[in-house]
Amino acid sequence: MDYAARQHGLSASRRPLMKRIADASAPYLYSAPALILIVTVMLVPLVLGVSYAFRDVQLLNPFSGAFIGLDHFRALSQDQAFFRSLRNTLWWTGASVLLQFAFGLILALLLDKPFRGRAIAQALVFLPWAVPSFLAGLNWAWLFNPVVGPLPHWLYALGIMSQPANILSDPQLAMWGPIVANIWWGIPFFAITLLAALQAIPRDLYEAASIDGAGAFQRFLSITLPFLAPTIAITILLRTVWISNFADLIIVMTNGGPADRTQIVASYIFTQAFKRLDFGYASAIALVLLALLLAYSLLIVILRQWLLSKD
Amino acid sequence: MRAKSVFLTVAHRLAILAYIAFALFPLFWLLKVAVTPNDLLYSEGIRLWPSRASLEHFDFVLRHSAFPVFFRNSLIVSGSTAVVVTILASLSGYALSRFRFRGKYWLVTLMLLTQMFPLVMLVAPIFKILSPLGLTNSLTGLVIVYSAFNVPFATFLMQSFFDGIPKDLEEAAMIDGATQFVAFRQIILPLTLPGIAATLGFVFTAAWSELLFSLMLISGNDQATFPVGLLSFVSKFSVDFGQMMAAGVLALIPACLFFLLIQRYLVQGLTAGAVKG
Repeated sequence: MDYAARQHGLSASRRPLMKRIADASAPYLYSAPALILIVTVMLVPLVLGVSYAFRDVQLLNPFSGAFIGLDHFRALSQDQAFFRSLRNTLWWTGASVLLQFAFGLILALLLDKPFRGRAIAQALVFLPWAVPSFLAGLNWAWLFNPVVGPLPHWLYALGIMSQPANILSDPQLAMWGPIVANIWWGIPFFAITLLAALQAIPRDLYEAASIDGAGAFQRFLSITLPFLAPTIAITILLRTVWISNFADLIIVMTNGGPADRTQIVASYIFTQAFKRLDFGYASAIALVLLALLLAYSLLIVILRQWLLSKD
Repeated sequence: MRAKSVFLTVAHRLAILAYIAFALFPLFWLLKVAVTPNDLLYSEGIRLWPSRASLEHFDFVLRHSAFPVFFRNSLIVSGSTAVVVTILASLSGYALSRFRFRGKYWLVTLMLLTQMFPLVMLVAPIFKILSPLGLTNSLTGLVIVYSAFNVPFATFLMQSFFDGIPKDLEEAAMIDGATQFVAFRQIILPLTLPGIAATLGFVFTAAWSELLFSLMLISGNDQATFPVGLLSFVSKFSVDFGQMMAAGVLALIPACLFFLLIQRYLVQGLTAGAVKG
């Protein structure tokens, strides 16, 4: 960067005007194609989607499209399925993120020190990360299916279930299906990120601490955790937003059922748009979800400012 | 002390083995059902390996189903998306890495925001925009949409690779009279080949896995990508478990190939990837 500036100072006076204009526009030309694509395929639909929230837009009804004000939001405030999906989103996101993080951290700690066969072990435990999400969902749906999957029979043999049934069709337990699939799929992400952070900790800190007589647990608390804290915070915050929007596993495994027990807000939006083709109502829910996510992000920023100002 | 360290080592290896078992078991089961002949599927129940394995399901899926078409469609979509995104992202990543310019802050903010908001809210408007252009039910439409979704992350990835290359190299070339774009194309790009390969692989895998937009935008069997084909197969023939799982094993192949190539660099090189899964 400083090199570009230096170069400007050096030759600005000597170079012709055309060349100077070309130089000044260079960064814009480099980023223009990407920017144009993002604006046309993401920003324009986003604005259009916001306008749909206040219009009656139904795909199969050619006379729809009129402005209807806040009607969608009035309907939404009466919609029990929507409020259920809000609660489900909290449960789905909280359980998935916490368990992914806990198992991911343990895995990262296990892989941190060199041992024979570490490379191959690492490759094998990270493999689920490469599995496409729709296949992860189908795969776990099959494992939970008593006809071809072993899990119901094992749970039955352990006495956890009274009969080998499919938990995906049990309203009380169904949410655990997608959550377990999500944990399986997401552990590698946390483990990879945390392992990278672990390996950046200077090794001599540990040596110094153990010479001073600190035990393994003490070293973990006073060296490892403080070093990892920023990575942990950022990863969990970003992952929370990402997982609350992540509907693939639910759509593949349960489609929101049984009786909307596994419907999260993101899958509810998709169902409204894809099954009922009611784009207006889907966009209204999406707008509420966007507002909630913005509020969450703002809360985090404020919390961070407050923590920083306290020190 | 010695006994304690042996105990710790054994516990450590057992924990690693437990993780490996958990990670591989679903994939193992997929393969196991895929090679179990239909007459053994129900009678042998939850045996870990069938008494007789056969490739009949693979044979059926490859020769008598539409899966080769789905596979080809997914290859076209994911491959084109990967190439388009990598070209655009190396240009914009270079701009972010090497230039200081007005609007850079806004460009970065815009790209970060696209990583945060729920893409599912674009499903309906994108359908409405693409439909009159004839880009619904078309592979081109999918490539355009997937390219836009993946460009921001790929830009940051490419930027981190460019940041790792010293600026002296271009300076030297430009003193010798090359323009910056020539220096970029002939000196910097060849040096980032590993980064370009990683970006290609990431975008390919992301496009290969995408589900919601291809469900929404694609309706016919001719243009169906692998996830759409597999899901419609599952809802139509939900009893042919062997065939479904054989198709599932096929969907796994490109992802696993990419993973084998990339996994060595995962921990060292991809802290930049922490933004997105």
